[in-house]
Amino acid sequence: MNRFALPAAVFALLVVVLAIGIKHSPDKGIIASPLIGKPAPQFSLPSLTDASRTVSSTSLRGRWYLLNVWGSWCGSCREEHGMLLEVRRSGVVPVIGLDWKDDDAQALSWLTQLGNPYEVVAVDHDGRTAIDWGVYAAPESFLVNPQGIVVYKCMGELTRQVWEKEILSRLPKQQQTAKS
Amino acid sequence: MRRALTPMATARRPARGTRLLACLILLAGVLIGAPAYAIDPTEMPDPVLQQRYLALTHELRCVQCQNEAIADSPAGIASDLRREVRDMLLAGKSDDDVRNFMLARYGDFVLFRPRFARKTAWLWLAPGVLLLVGAFVSWRIVRARIALVPGDNEPLEEDVGR
Repeated sequence: MNRFALPAAVFALLVVVLAIGIKHSPDKGIIASPLIGKPAPQFSLPSLTDASRTVSSTSLRGRWYLLNVWGSWCGSCREEHGMLLEVRRSGVVPVIGLDWKDDDAQALSWLTQLGNPYEVVAVDHDGRTAIDWGVYAAPESFLVNPQGIVVYKCMGELTRQVWEKEILSRLPKQQQTAKS
Repeated sequence: MRRALTPMATARRPARGTRLLACLILLAGVLIGAPAYAIDPTEMPDPVLQQRYLALTHELRCVQCQNEAIADSPAGIASDLRREVRDMLLAGKSDDDVRNFMLARYGDFVLFRPRFARKTAWLWLAPGVLLLVGAFVSWRIVRARIALVPGDNEPLEEDVGR
């Protein structure tokens, strides 16, 4: 029996290591963002609804915001749109849109048709700002605190579960119930 | 003339069929392979830059498709990342600048050849550690086997004596 003890132990170790590997496998589609806990990338982009206005990271400083990366070409963005509208209605945290590699006219008609959950939408035609944020597939949402630090990233659809478990819980108590 | 040649032509016919088949296979190969060449038409102004560009785009992972290099991926994000690589190289940035740029945005996963950091240390050290473990185990086995062999000179001497 004893001569099997070591191989069995090695096998068990291997199982544990592989299980960890499978659990953290990027095949689940989630790559941990290196941005968490770091300052949000600087940007300055035109506004979708008012081309004369610019939306910049500095103008967003001093309060919590949720940066939502979307595009009218993106199917899952349609799925999460209802939740975003609900977030807007709750007034808990402003949602800033980042319209990624999109056609302005199509983006505008998307907002007219489905409703506009965004306080303001920054237009990223060439996708450079998205790269700075480490975006690789829409939709993605980033929660940024008043100090301009990225606190959380939601990869994919912003569901009610994500909103309640991941985002609300990270906001300060008095903000969680804000109605406006 | 034609008549005279007919028997030969008939004899060749199967060969011609085979040739046709070969041509079709080749054509199919070219057609299937064509998109692979069409993915990245980027040309750098000089061969050294081109070489660096190719090396970098082949060692950066397409974060969306995940098991392809950005050089081979038709995804939109891959072409955007190739553009960043091209622009940075044209701006005189070093290969490490490009790698660090990607690392800061997409994390270790973006590098097909991981850097040596605390997080990735085990990736680099594990093979060496496993080799040492293997060497130790085989040394133990060999020593155990040697111990099993009785003093081996005596039978030989007996042989000589006989």
